[in-house]
Amino acid sequence: MSRFRVCIVDYEVGNLRSVHNAISRLGYDARVSDSADEVRRADALVLPGVGAFEPAMRQLSASGLIGPIEARLSRGTPLLGICVGMQLLATDSEENGLHRGLGWIPGHVRRLRPPSGLGVPHVGWNDVRVLLPGSPLFARTGDGTHFYFDHTYHFECGVEHAAATCDYGVTVTAAVQRERLMGVQFHPEKSQAAGLRLLRGFFVAAGAPGPGPC
Amino acid sequence: MLKRRIAAALLVSRGLVVQSLGFGRRLPVGRPEIAAEFLDRWGVDELVLLDLDASREGRQVSVELVARVAAASNVPLAVGGGLDSLSQVDALLRAGADKVCVNRAARARPALVTEIARRFGDQCVVAAVDVTRVDGVLRPWCHLERAPLEVALDVHLRDLAALGAGELLVQATHLDGAGTGYDLELARVAASAVDVPVLVLGGAGHPSHLPELLEQSGAACAVAGNFFHFAEHSVTVTKAQAARRGVAVRVDTAARYDDARFDDDGRLLKRDDDVLDAMLHTRIPREVI
Repeated sequence: MSRFRVCIVDYEVGNLRSVHNAISRLGYDARVSDSADEVRRADALVLPGVGAFEPAMRQLSASGLIGPIEARLSRGTPLLGICVGMQLLATDSEENGLHRGLGWIPGHVRRLRPPSGLGVPHVGWNDVRVLLPGSPLFARTGDGTHFYFDHTYHFECGVEHAAATCDYGVTVTAAVQRERLMGVQFHPEKSQAAGLRLLRGFFVAAGAPGPGPC
Repeated sequence: MLKRRIAAALLVSRGLVVQSLGFGRRLPVGRPEIAAEFLDRWGVDELVLLDLDASREGRQVSVELVARVAAASNVPLAVGGGLDSLSQVDALLRAGADKVCVNRAARARPALVTEIARRFGDQCVVAAVDVTRVDGVLRPWCHLERAPLEVALDVHLRDLAALGAGELLVQATHLDGAGTGYDLELARVAASAVDVPVLVLGGAGHPSHLPELLEQSGAACAVAGNFFHFAEHSVTVTKAQAARRGVAVRVDTAARYDDARFDDDGRLLKRDDDVLDAMLHTRIPREVI
């Protein structure tokens, strides 16, 4: 049996190496790639991203990968967006002007406006409240698990798509899900064992083998 | 709720992690990736890797070394040492760093802070500031010229935040290796000067020093270098004592020490014989993720 194949979409933004390290640690065949062929062959897609929304969206468009990714999604291949990669799924973002996103999960990326005394960016470890109990993302971690956040903007979406939230004086969207399209605002690749459990949950739901000897 | 952070500094000299004493003397600890792996397993909230010689030697922290540390750990990694260009930042982020610390370059060319923030996001830039006391007064300090800066500390910190730094790392150079506790006034001045999170380094020598810093100042993160080496589970034991004092820290490791007893030096005390006897018959399965 060929190994479960993960494509980490490389569109020239972000800390791809850490995402690759984490997924490789789980034993999957993770490839960082900007090739449409690799997207077509993947059993699961990961869309990472750091930095600002607009350059990320521009680079992703320029990569020519949006079409191939959409084609995979329509066939049920799951996708996990991480940080800005999750925000790109939204309709639009107000970061540095109003910019259109992929629009795959309806919602708007807006600046965090916590009460005074709490600064932005929201950086550090925060515990999440799971709103979608059946979500594969939290199947192995559960409620109250800590993940590492580092962001200034967040994804405001309808309750039907909010998979988890956390509290930073205001309610922050921590994870979104629309069927097999998922996104997390925090960094599972930097969240120690909790992050690996989350990634394992996502890949197992995508049909990957679970832990144990292969 | 956002937790206060306990971070470990990996101070690197000639490719090895060292303990630093008096901002000059160094004692070797070992290979950075091994230290990183242990600290990660012990539940540290963040790693801050600083190349102590890079600025002085006119070079930049090794990308290859950062890649090794990033591969050995699964935790946020901030990296500093002689950085003065966007291409170097890009290379470090690609190697697995999450943030970069700029110190000398932020003074020599403040626009660099803004440029990094624009290109990689403000969460990516940590402005590192060395601080000393001159006649009892806190002053930002230049470690190359070994002289205080002209500007007042709070003004300097506000300037760096305004340039786009997402976090500030203030290091009490006068307490380097002292182990007598943090400079709490420094932490309070820094945390009240800016809105961005403040990380404080310098002076930790006892597990109680870290919660003390977090209780008595608005610092987001207590950073310790020397203190975390050479003691098994040092981070976990420190967090257990912080949590017991009511400081909101993350305790996610399998070993929690929440029912442990500690001596006056903050070290773990042996459990009672009957508890140890009972443990002999407890099977603790290793978690497979």
